[in-house]
Amino acid sequence: MTTTNPDLGALETDAPGPEPVSTSAHRALTSPWASIAAVVIAVLWTIPTLGLFITSFRPESDITSSGWWKIFTNPSFTMSNYDQVLHGSDTKLTTYFVNSIVITLPAVIIPISIATLAAYAFVWMKFPGRDLLFVAIFALQIVPIQVTLIPLLKLYVHPPLNLMPLAGPDAPGGGFYTLWLSHTIFALPLAIYLLHNFMSQIPGELIESARVDGAGHVQIFTRIMLPLMAPAIAAFGILQFLWVWNDLLVAITFGSPTTFPLTARLAELSGTRGNDWFLLSAGAFVSLVIPLIVFLSLQRYFVRGLLAGSVKG
Amino acid sequence: MSTGEKFIQMFIAIAVFFAVVAVILLATQRMRSRTGELAQAAAFVLPAVLLIGVGLLYPAATSIYQSLFDKTGDGFVGLDNYQTIFTDSEQLLVLRNTAAWVILVPIVSTAIGLIYAVLIDRSRFEKFAKALIFLPMAISLVGASIIWKFVYDYRDPTQDQIGVANAVLKGLGLDTYKFLLNDPWNTFFLIIILIWVQVGFAMTILSASIKAIPDDMIEAAKLDGATGMQQFRHITVPSIRPSLIVVVTTISITTLKAFDIVRTTTGGNFDTSVLAYQFYVEYFRSYNQGLATAIAVLIFLLVMPIVIYNVRQMRKLEAR
Repeated sequence: MTTTNPDLGALETDAPGPEPVSTSAHRALTSPWASIAAVVIAVLWTIPTLGLFITSFRPESDITSSGWWKIFTNPSFTMSNYDQVLHGSDTKLTTYFVNSIVITLPAVIIPISIATLAAYAFVWMKFPGRDLLFVAIFALQIVPIQVTLIPLLKLYVHPPLNLMPLAGPDAPGGGFYTLWLSHTIFALPLAIYLLHNFMSQIPGELIESARVDGAGHVQIFTRIMLPLMAPAIAAFGILQFLWVWNDLLVAITFGSPTTFPLTARLAELSGTRGNDWFLLSAGAFVSLVIPLIVFLSLQRYFVRGLLAGSVKG
Repeated sequence: MSTGEKFIQMFIAIAVFFAVVAVILLATQRMRSRTGELAQAAAFVLPAVLLIGVGLLYPAATSIYQSLFDKTGDGFVGLDNYQTIFTDSEQLLVLRNTAAWVILVPIVSTAIGLIYAVLIDRSRFEKFAKALIFLPMAISLVGASIIWKFVYDYRDPTQDQIGVANAVLKGLGLDTYKFLLNDPWNTFFLIIILIWVQVGFAMTILSASIKAIPDDMIEAAKLDGATGMQQFRHITVPSIRPSLIVVVTTISITTLKAFDIVRTTTGGNFDTSVLAYQFYVEYFRSYNQGLATAIAVLIFLLVMPIVIYNVRQMRKLEAR
C-alpha cells in the first residue's frame, strides 16, 4: 500500500560517507542522555525475544522453577525441548514445518509471476480499458481480506458450474490449493501496483528500440524486463514470503488440521498447552528460524520492499 | 499425506502453473496483427484480472449484501446487524478496545520509531542498532504473542517469578500483576505487543527520510544558532512530515486488521476482543454470518478513508 521512492532503499544501507554536515546537528542532539535513551530502547526491545530464546534451551524443571535470567548464575542447557517439539507425538512440529514450506513457495512464486506479467501489460501494451482496469485493481487494495473470506470459502466448498470443490475431504492436492489460491489473490493488487511503479521507471527507449529490432512482447518481457526487474521482484518476493509464512488468518480460514502451517499449530498449542513453556519457547523459535534467516541475509531487499510497500489486504 | 507427497503436490502446482503460462505466451508470441496485440495483452492481463474479480471483487460485494441478512443468511434484516454492533454491550466493548488499539499503536510506535531513528542517526552502531529494533518485523504475530505471553507470565507473589515483567514488579517490592486478565488494562498490555512489532517499520521509513533532509538546511539552522532540540522541532519534523503521515496511517491500517495477537494471547476473553477478532468469533464460533459480515464491512469502511488519505500522501511524497 505504502509507496515511497524506492531509491530511499539505497540510503538505508549507505555507509557513513565523508564527514556530513548534519553530523554537527546530530552531535548537538547527542547528549549522554540521548545515548542512554537509545540503549534503553534497544535493550527493552531485545529482552522479550532473548528471554524466550534462552528459555528454549533450559531443562523443563528449570523453566518452571526459576526465571531465565538465572541461567547466567546457574547455567544448564539442553536440546531436548527442540527434540520433543519437533518429533514428539503430540506436537510434531516437523509436519507443520513442512506444511509451511509447501504453502509458502507456490504462494510466493505464482502471484509474483502473474503480477509481473500484468504489470508489464499495464505499462508497455496498448489495449482498450487499460487505464480504467489498472485504477480498479489499484483501488481494490482497500478491501480488507476479512470482507472476502466468507464468500470465498463458500466458493471453494460449493463452486459454481459443477467445478471441483477445492475444500473438503476430497480436495485435490491435499487441500493446499485453497491456500495457494487465496494467498495469490490477496497478493495481486499490491504486487501489480508496486511492480507497475518500478516498471514504469524503466526508460521507454529501451523497449522501443527492441521493438524496432523486431522483438515481440514475450522476448522483451523475458530478455529485458525480467533481468531489470530482478531487484524489485526480490523485494516484493521477500515481503510476500514473510506475509505468507507468518500468516494465521488465511491458514485457519481455508486450511484444515492436515494443511495447517506452523503459525496455526503454534496458536493451537498456545491455547491448549499455554503453560508448557518448554514446548512453546522451542516451538516459537522453530517457526521463527526461517523468517529470521531470510531477514538477516536479505535485509537490504527487505528494507527496500518495506520502503516500497508494506500493507496489503 | 506424507511429507514426500506434499512436496510432490507442491511441485506439480508450480509446474502446472508455469506450463500454462508458457503455453499462453508461446501461443500469442507469433501474433503481430492488431488482434494479435490484443490477444497478447489479454494473455498477460487476464489471469490477474480473473483472479482479482472472482477472489476479491465478487466476495467483497457478496459480503456487503450478506451483512443485511440474519445469522443463516436467509432472512433479510436490513441494518439490524449494524445496529447490534453499535448497541449490544459486548460489541460496544469491542469497539472501545478497537479504538484504543487504533489510537495508541500508530501514535506510540511512530513516536518511539522517530525518537530512536534520530538518536541513532549516523552513530557508529547504526546498522546494528537498527537490526535490533527491526527484528520483530520478521516475526509472526503469533510468535510475538508467545514471546510476550512469557514476559507477562503471572505467579503468586510468594513464588519465584518466571515472567520478566512480574519479576521486575516483585524486585521493586510490588505485588505481581495479572497482565492479561485484569480488564481494562489487559488491552493496553496487548497493545504493547503490536507497538513492539511496528516500531521497526516506523523507524526504517523515518530514518530513510531523515537522511534525505538536505544538509544545507541543517547547516543554515546551525549558523542561525539553533540548538539540537530546536533543529528537531523546526527542521527535522516538518521536513519528514509526509513520511510521518504515511507511517501513522499505514500502521493504523495494519492495526485495524490485526487479529492474531488477541487470538493467541487471550482468545478474546477478559474483555480484550477487537473488531478483526470479533469477525472471526461471530462466524466460526457463533455461526452468525450476518453479524460477521457486518463487522467485516465495518472494518472495510474504517480502513477505506485511511487508505485513501495514505495513498494521497504517498503521491505527494513521490512527487517531491
